[in-house]
Amino acid sequence: MAETVVVDFPKNFTRALNDGQLRRNLRAAMDTLGMRRRTLFSDPVAFEQLRARGDAIRQRALRQLPELLERLETKCTANGIQVHWAETPAQANGICLEILRRHKATRVIKGKSMVSEEMHLNHFLEEHGVEALETDLGEYIIQLDHETPSHIIVPAIHKNRDQIARLFHEKIPDTPYTEVVEELNAIARKVLREKFFAGEVGVSGVNFAVAETGTLCLVENEGNGRMCTTAPPVHIAVMGLEKVVERLEDVPPLLRLLTGSATGQLITTYFNMITSPRKQGEKDGPKEVHLILLDNGRSKIWADPELRQTLKCIRCGACMNHCPVYTRLGGHAYGYVYPGPIGSILTPQLEGLDHAGAMATASSFCGACEEVCPVKIPIVDILRRLRVESYNKQDASNAVKGHGYKTNATESLTWKAWALSNAVPWINAVNAKLLGLLGPLLPRLPAWGIVKGWRQSRALPRFAGKSLHALAKESRIRDE
Amino acid sequence: MECTATMPDRPEKVYFFGTCLIDLCFPRAGMAGMELLQREGIQVIYPQQQSCCGQPAYNSGFPDEARQVARQQLKAFPQDYPVIVPSGSCGGMLKHHYPKLFADQPEAAEAQHLASRVFELTEFLVNVLGVELEDRGQPIKVTWHSSCSALREMRVIEYSKSLVRQLKNVEVIELQRERECCGFGGSFSVKQADLSSAMVADKVADIEQTGASLLLSGDCGCLMHIGGALEHRKIAIPVKHIAEFILERTRG
Ligand code: SF4
Repeated sequence: MAETVVVDFPKNFTRALNDGQLRRNLRAAMDTLGMRRRTLFSDPVAFEQLRARGDAIRQRALRQLPELLERLETKCTANGIQVHWAETPAQANGICLEILRRHKATRVIKGKSMVSEEMHLNHFLEEHGVEALETDLGEYIIQLDHETPSHIIVPAIHKNRDQIARLFHEKIPDTPYTEVVEELNAIARKVLREKFFAGEVGVSGVNFAVAETGTLCLVENEGNGRMCTTAPPVHIAVMGLEKVVERLEDVPPLLRLLTGSATGQLITTYFNMITSPRKQGEKDGPKEVHLILLDNGRSKIWADPELRQTLKCIRCGACMNHCPVYTRLGGHAYGYVYPGPIGSILTPQLEGLDHAGAMATASSFCGACEEVCPVKIPIVDILRRLRVESYNKQDASNAVKGHGYKTNATESLTWKAWALSNAVPWINAVNAKLLGLLGPLLPRLPAWGIVKGWRQSRALPRFAGKSLHALAKESRIRDE
Repeated sequence: MECTATMPDRPEKVYFFGTCLIDLCFPRAGMAGMELLQREGIQVIYPQQQSCCGQPAYNSGFPDEARQVARQQLKAFPQDYPVIVPSGSCGGMLKHHYPKLFADQPEAAEAQHLASRVFELTEFLVNVLGVELEDRGQPIKVTWHSSCSALREMRVIEYSKSLVRQLKNVEVIELQRERECCGFGGSFSVKQADLSSAMVADKVADIEQTGASLLLSGDCGCLMHIGGALEHRKIAIPVKHIAEFILERTRG
């Protein structure tokens, strides 16, 4: 199953940057999301306090991750939820299929789940004769268009209303063209309603799993998550194993941070807490609830104290909403499931630097992501670490998968020479002098290598005739 | 705006860390920075042994080379004087990243000691020296670019802008997206040239719509980048480091 994806980053980036419609759609959407978030977290002091709490909760959970997972399993099992462990996406898919087969199910309805994207579950199920219907409006839209999510919270963010109107008209039988939002909603609702009742198994993600009580929390706005987890007789929840928290009281601050950061909402329209299958005498709810805990490289990330912070993520998407790179590329250009800043630190660790290492270079280190991250993930530090690992050929036990892929003599030598010239004052002085003399010539240099990249949109800098070192000496500024 | 460090009392002497980019391409900004300090009666020391803070290698994935260069700066600024840096980016490197870079090295304490003495130029002028500026220049419309490191790492933008606001003939027209990166990011500007170009194109458009006749910033990296993009498009808006601008407008 684990097909190796080959992503042509430069080509993807160029294509996205040339797509004016995409740029406009994204800009408008990101501006709205950013504005809503700012309105909700308008008091910077209160926000700092809240996110310090969020950070502490996630750190505490990760510190005791193995114990908490065991506790979660014990509690869930006692509550009647069947817990499964999957090391790889292939195993997780296999477990899903086995459950479906046992129930002779061929129709699955799905709530939004990024982990199921990580598993490429829909594709897998389709190959095995199972129809998986996305019921989140955004997910439904992109499924109609055979696309993948371009954002972890707002999967169809790259499309505007006109594009959706056209899509519905073309892909849903007997649908007249309309651009009225309410009518578009009504169309989707009608299609989805019917499918909810036909669904034999519901699949959902998990936002937080509480170890203390064995509760699975699901945050959503459309009620489709509730339908998926209550209407069909079987519910399968898939979850990355880092999503566990210790106590029930850990949930409210995280929930506030999640909804506020994601969409600027104080609370979502629906918040589901699932603690068991239907109990005796109860009239509704699934008869079986399964929880699949996916590792997929997370335990390796967890083993490194710095990289572990990646796992604090609560998947709010704020980092991408505020990222100047994501805003210009959209999610698809990244080529993997998780785009934007979180994708750029998570994906290379999951897929290996040799495959996705380029994502770590697609950042100007502006820090806008860190500034909004509700659990204070040091995204820039982790990106920098990934860049280091990209050149790290030595076989360290905690090295990131695919490390050292970028090692090359030219770059190593260049940096060695640079270091020498900046560590030895007299070499530095000679260089400064040379550059000063050559300065006037530089703008006429032929366009090659890095100069070429720079010159595509920027005039070359001019070196001053005299360096600051020289001027300071001339002006008799004290040298001690 | 919060204070990022305990401000020292007015010192007698300060070190000036000129940064490699100012050294080579914008020396006048460096000289202006030193003159602004001297004018307040501070003795400025410019160690000739200094070079680069090491950030280019540090951010490109070459920490050993960065350390090699950073060690030279530890040697160049040994005394207990404040170290004034006319750049949020290089200041951030010395202040926030040296302790990490040397965390498990013999020089850990030295790096901490240096980091604790680092101040960005405008924050020092405002907070420690309390400078008062008298504008002697002609009326002018300028716009201001906040470098990401001055904004988010050193958190000194309010100090920089408060200095410009003291100049009574200077009208500052703010950018619409002042908080957005110009796309420089050191090696990012050449390794991801397309992305960087897209970012600076938007920045240039934003600058143009202000109608300002000059772009100011506290970081020469951004100025080199944006200035290069303006020149490439043949847009006649010059760029200037804040220190040079302030000095020119207030010199008798
Ligand atoms: S990294 Fe932070 S901002 Fe980005 S999705 Fe995760 S929690 Fe949200």
